[in-house]
Amino acid sequence: MSATHIQLDSQGRLLHFLTIEGLTHRHLTDILDTAESLRGVAERRVKKLPTLHGKTVVNLFFEASTRTRTTFELAAKRLSADVLNLNIATSSAVKGESLLDTLHNIEAMQCDMFVMRHSQSGAAEFMARHVKPHIAVLNAGDGCHAHPTQAMLDVFTIRRHKPDFPSLQIAIVGDILHSRVARSLIHALSILGAGNIRVIAPRTLLPAQVENLGVQVFHRLPEGLRDVDVVVMLRLQRERMEGALLPSEQEFFQQYGLTEERLALAKPDAIVMHPGPINRGVEIDSRVADGPRSVILEQVTNGIAVRMAIMSITLGHHARLTGEDA
Amino acid sequence: MRIVIQGGRVIDPAHQTDSIADLFIADGQIAGLGRPPGGFIPEQVINAHKHIVCPGLIDLCARLREPGQEHKATIASETRAAAAGGITTLVCPPDTDPVIDEPAVVEWIRRRAKFAGQARVLTLGALTHRLRGGHLTEMAALQEAGCAGVSDGGHPIASSRVLRRALEYAATFGLTVFLTPLDPELGNGLAHEGQVATRMGLSGIPVAAETGMIARDLELIRDLGVRVHFGRLSSSRAVDLIARAQAEGLPVTADVAVHHLHLTEMDLTRFDSRCHVRPPLRGLRDQAVLRAGLASGVLTALCSDHQPHEPDAKQAPFGDTEPGISGLDTLLGLSLRLVRDGVLPLPALIERLTWGPARILGLDRGHLGVGARADICVFNPETDWRVEPSVLNSQGQNTPFLGWELQGRVTYTLLEGHIVHEGEG
Repeated sequence: MSATHIQLDSQGRLLHFLTIEGLTHRHLTDILDTAESLRGVAERRVKKLPTLHGKTVVNLFFEASTRTRTTFELAAKRLSADVLNLNIATSSAVKGESLLDTLHNIEAMQCDMFVMRHSQSGAAEFMARHVKPHIAVLNAGDGCHAHPTQAMLDVFTIRRHKPDFPSLQIAIVGDILHSRVARSLIHALSILGAGNIRVIAPRTLLPAQVENLGVQVFHRLPEGLRDVDVVVMLRLQRERMEGALLPSEQEFFQQYGLTEERLALAKPDAIVMHPGPINRGVEIDSRVADGPRSVILEQVTNGIAVRMAIMSITLGHHARLTGEDA
Repeated sequence: MRIVIQGGRVIDPAHQTDSIADLFIADGQIAGLGRPPGGFIPEQVINAHKHIVCPGLIDLCARLREPGQEHKATIASETRAAAAGGITTLVCPPDTDPVIDEPAVVEWIRRRAKFAGQARVLTLGALTHRLRGGHLTEMAALQEAGCAGVSDGGHPIASSRVLRRALEYAATFGLTVFLTPLDPELGNGLAHEGQVATRMGLSGIPVAAETGMIARDLELIRDLGVRVHFGRLSSSRAVDLIARAQAEGLPVTADVAVHHLHLTEMDLTRFDSRCHVRPPLRGLRDQAVLRAGLASGVLTALCSDHQPHEPDAKQAPFGDTEPGISGLDTLLGLSLRLVRDGVLPLPALIERLTWGPARILGLDRGHLGVGARADICVFNPETDWRVEPSVLNSQGQNTPFLGWELQGRVTYTLLEGHIVHEGEG
């Protein structure tokens, strides 16, 4: 593997935000601390900072998304950027335009940052390799590979409740095989020194040699949940049934659904997280999702501050690179 | 034309020849080795001092992209690249457009190749109509038209019933069947199922996608006695299966693509689409066993699995790119590197590139016996060269080996006694 990843400059500063893998403890805590300081902006009368004034952020979504796209949009607006939303799932990609052509066209509109979601793993990295040097690329989810801003908002939320990572036991439950959220979160937690990271899933929903990511594997929910501090539930896509990965939603809920009874196996003060959107009664019972231990909506709120932090950090480094005043 | 190739190290594995000698060519044939035939007066003298003189290479799998995908490459461009790489015979699989499933296509390709005149192009006929795995093709007609065998053309036949019938029918006419073992459903992924695919979120292709097919095919072969060649093995377990079948006496052979001996799944870590190949690059152990299989002879041939592409085909996120490496330009250099890596001695390597594939094809080529057609490759094994776009002859520049330092440059390629390539040593 090459020594420096494309998302870093020669001094190791973030130019793009594509994957958590390969980042340092320092990178992550910088983002988390910056996000912490930006969290207050939402409580002000005027919810805006001038940081990205005069900059244009393009949301390039090749896959449907509401939450992620909206929070990116809000984050950009609170930093005073102009925002352009392009839902390519319904536009030119359908007409056969290549990704590179789309990229060059939007580049020609003199934008400063691409926020991109795409169904192919590696799509954001591909973009970053081909954009002009003044443009920052933020990965809003690429295939099954990475969803690094989600992982950052997840660890941000965890840190606000349980700041001592080395003492934490965290369980990630559900469709690990297809989950970019799980992969990025596992990397983030490892870098932050989390005590024990567990994945809980049937064998059909676990990727090959998943233990090499530094996780402990459980196939049974009760065993895996015992004494954990954090439970992260993943969304189960309906199409998994068609791929012969699972027999039914009912059996999945019976075996891996998070109920109050099962949550009782975790530590008494354990928190419950979910990247959303949730499937009530498939991976999580409503009483848990809406219950006192759930921090699911807090994750959404935190997503804005965390994305603001990542936007200002990456564009700040670009400004330095191009000799502009940040 | 009478040519003498003087003072080279002549390696002819078919006759266990490995000595410094002069090679005499007359009327497109080998006329003598060591001593000139009576009254031989050369019209041209090739000085091969410090060079290797061996049979022209025979590449068992090269997509020339014509007919049908001329924007990627043409028979003229790729046979030119073959000649420059010391390759005198190319075997073209049937997945052209139109598919090689009727004699007219065979004839058309032969004429185009003859017109280009740079290398011999042999075709494999399709086992089934349009390679769809349903109706059998007119194999007898394809054979008469000159097909060197019949093949699934990279689209393995899912139905065991159809495959069994196709094997039986091919056996009727003594045709060798060329199969590419990769289960169409289980093999529907992007990368070797393992730690790298897991980390990168690429859908995995398990080893069983390959071995499951081979195991099925071997059971079908057992009853029929048909000659089957398995192309492009990628896993250690596949090599084991073939070795066991050969030990049992089944008439099966296999080859490997040279990139599988130099790259592994680790080369995908930066989503490098140039390393997107089918079957996928697998683990280090697989690579080691494939190398050992080539050395032991379980794998009878080494091929380029040449698949030239236009730049756009590789300019997209990994999963949206087309698989395949442009390999004619690097076949010899990457093969010679195996000798330097201590995998096998030079004469054995030359055998896997010449006499080995010739035997699979049932051809009286790939050797330097007196009277044989003079397909010859002369190369300087010491010449260092760097793989760069400017030195590639194929129209496809899609190679992950750009920047590699290789050794061994072809100085002369002769096709039936005619010099089709002359390069700098």
